[in-house]
Amino acid sequence: MIELHVNGSLRRIDAEPEMPLLWALRDLLGLTGTKYGCGLALCGACTVHVDGDAVRACVTPLASLAGKRITTIEGLSATGDHPVQRAWLEVDVVQCGYCQSGQIMAAAALLAQNPHPTDAEVDSAMSGNICRCGCYQRIRSGIRRAAELAAGAPERA
Amino acid sequence: MSDAGGADLSRRRFLVRSGLAGTGLAASGLVSSGLLIGLRLADGKDTPPGDPFAPNAYVRIAPDDSITVTIGKSEMGQGIYTSIPMCIAEELDVDPSRVKVEFAPVDKAFFAPGFPAQFTGGSTSTRLTFTQMRFAGAAARFWILAAAAEAWGVAPATLSTSNGVVTDGAQHATYGSLATRAAKLAEGSPPLPLLKLGEKPPLPLKDPKDFRYIGKPQRRLDGLDKVTGRAVYGLDVREPGMLIAVIARSPVFGGRVRHYRDAATRRIKGVVDVRQVPSGVAVLATNTWAARRGCEALEIDWDEQGNGGLSTAAISARYRELAQTPGIEAKESGQTLEVLRQAARSIDVTYEVPYLAHACMEPLNAYAHVTAERAELRVGTQNQSQDAELVAAAVGLKPDQVAIHTTFLGGGFGRRSNYFSDFSVEAAQVSKAAGRPVKVVWTREDDMRGGFYRPLWVSRFRGAVDEHGMPSAWQHIVVGQSVYANSAVAKFAIKNGIDPSSVEGSVDMPYRIPHHRVELHTTENAVPVLFWRSVGNSHTGFVINSFVDELAHLGGQDPYELRRALLKDAPEHLRLLDLVAEKAGWGKPLPEGHAQGIAYHESFGTRVAQVAEVSVLDGKLRVHRVVCGVDPGIVVNPLMVEAQMQSAIVYGLSAALHGEITVENGRTVQGNFNDYEVLRLDEMPVVEVVIAPNGGPVGGVGEAGLPPVAAAVCNAIFAATGKRIRKLPILQNLQTA
Repeated sequence: MIELHVNGSLRRIDAEPEMPLLWALRDLLGLTGTKYGCGLALCGACTVHVDGDAVRACVTPLASLAGKRITTIEGLSATGDHPVQRAWLEVDVVQCGYCQSGQIMAAAALLAQNPHPTDAEVDSAMSGNICRCGCYQRIRSGIRRAAELAAGAPERA
Repeated sequence: MSDAGGADLSRRRFLVRSGLAGTGLAASGLVSSGLLIGLRLADGKDTPPGDPFAPNAYVRIAPDDSITVTIGKSEMGQGIYTSIPMCIAEELDVDPSRVKVEFAPVDKAFFAPGFPAQFTGGSTSTRLTFTQMRFAGAAARFWILAAAAEAWGVAPATLSTSNGVVTDGAQHATYGSLATRAAKLAEGSPPLPLLKLGEKPPLPLKDPKDFRYIGKPQRRLDGLDKVTGRAVYGLDVREPGMLIAVIARSPVFGGRVRHYRDAATRRIKGVVDVRQVPSGVAVLATNTWAARRGCEALEIDWDEQGNGGLSTAAISARYRELAQTPGIEAKESGQTLEVLRQAARSIDVTYEVPYLAHACMEPLNAYAHVTAERAELRVGTQNQSQDAELVAAAVGLKPDQVAIHTTFLGGGFGRRSNYFSDFSVEAAQVSKAAGRPVKVVWTREDDMRGGFYRPLWVSRFRGAVDEHGMPSAWQHIVVGQSVYANSAVAKFAIKNGIDPSSVEGSVDMPYRIPHHRVELHTTENAVPVLFWRSVGNSHTGFVINSFVDELAHLGGQDPYELRRALLKDAPEHLRLLDLVAEKAGWGKPLPEGHAQGIAYHESFGTRVAQVAEVSVLDGKLRVHRVVCGVDPGIVVNPLMVEAQMQSAIVYGLSAALHGEITVENGRTVQGNFNDYEVLRLDEMPVVEVVIAPNGGPVGGVGEAGLPPVAAAVCNAIFAATGKRIRKLPILQNLQTA
């Protein structure tokens, strides 16, 4: 049995310690918001937070997570009202949406550590997350907007 | 029994009687004395009991005022999940933001006018259903008005509506409060007819100038589900008793299992079963990781079916030889060959574009549960009707015994409209073989190496300019595989040896050249090909717009001015081209080292002009800006049109800059995003979209933004460096061009 701290709860799973976190989340815990895209940390679709850092779940073995706090898209906010999620809705970022859990988790980790990133910092932090629909321009806008919302700016209708 | 449910749908009725609308049901004797029975005022709190009102297959109004739209189209990012509800809501007169959306079962009601299948592709969704969906909304509103008229004892013509509330000026009632009464009135009426293409519905629709929602920005209705991780894609399906299967697939196209050993596989924790299926050996496990490791532990002897020598290098060389020979004539508008023979100034150049994978963000997958009586699939597919038929055939059932539950699609781009329904059929085969519900997961490598690529195309051009530097003759010889050849519609689609999708965008290009000739060599080889976003236009948009620039250079003309001359008889084209040139500041001073390129293409009923601004410094290319003008005739949702232009530009730039599938020794070389690179955020240019609809008819927007972008960039590279890129991807050929 392996113990995982996921989204504020302690979960016990019967899995081998080498199993990547991604499959434990999706197949064993039913947290399917975290997506499989490449399996090699090339696309960012599986991005989650481990102790607040953006991490690729597809290459993170369960053995490395003892005592660490894991947050997935399901745990980012209870009702979809994290500033990044609110900004994403306001800017209408998503298209197919498949990469967006990873994009949002990467953006949330960036803003938590750097509340007002420069364009170059956004490019650098987000270029590990592929979007085949090409939402990049709205992702840039969404991050700028999320920074404003996190700083207390009012919502736009 | 399929849950497609003819019986269920037959309850959703609408009385179609030409001329009924507007005459007023009061005059038809339907006025009741029960004036306010069952009605709820707009500010009422309690929900009255009663049945929902489902006047047709597409819309349902419940007594609690919830409005549900059932869509027969798949949502793969293009936004139809929002656009169809907008069209229905416009005529129903409710705010689209209130609408809940469901995916339809397979049913004829969800066929599109002019297209007898439940299918999403070819940028047809809005083009074919725009009127039908508005008709559905208008029909629902008709019955709501009838119910209010009956309740209040007034003529329907005296009533008006606003965002789901009916009023006669004094009284108000929500649609939900009228649902039960409307349902009773509508009972027994025949189903809403599927209009023929271009047919006027038997109810008046709004004058476009009165639109409240169509044409206005509407945020996506699936936005919240997608930012919270709640949206369910095929890969997210979880059903009781389900195992996850990964399939060890032939490394060579068309290869078959000769025999295999699975002792090591069966020892892996989590592996439950191993089964041979037509596409390989399926390892079934309790989790994806175990299934994948189980595949790696298999020992399989493959029969390569003679395809072990296949290589794209050889394919390219053969195509280039073919391009030197005459093909089948696809177009001839004059005496092209004669004019070329006598031309004083002419050029003869050859272009090549590679095989491309779709590389949808969500790798292919499907859930299937096949029993002796029934097959149930949960799948992100673009082709529900065909999936039902081919799954039925593969597992020995009838199509009406197959239920297809459509999930969200993590991208489609044509790959999820495979004419063998490969991923759906295969899941059904695995489920049948194993005798249990199973979700087949394709790894990224399976998806990348599974074939069904955009074909590799070679295009040879011969062109001449006259003494004024104007193009006088243009010969385009196209060489490549037919996308339609293996499809069920091949015998309808391919005429006189010409697959129209091979030469689309070339035979019908908007540029007018006095002597215009197109020829086609259709090739065959073992690399499976398929529709890929914008299909034939994905190559013709590039080569044609590149060659226009080559002729401009030969004739000493400005590329924009030459295009103006070649489009001078078509004001619709000229208008958009001029708009984009002006917005982009064509010809104005640019930063040091920057240059612009222009391209123009019409496809899927939509016109697109683009100007790309690039720099090439120390051999390093940067695309800084793309100005994109789009004329889709009618705009349903400008937010979505803008998103689709950005999307197509990114998809096209990914292909133009990086994309290439190569085959060596029968094996696809690329397997993942490290060797099949795609555009990332740090390469994203600023994209400025100008939406300039001409008023109709409505065009498609999912694909039309792609064809011009590679040419706009390559033409800009030429302007910046004098290097002409005639082979994609750019980044592999920039130094050698």
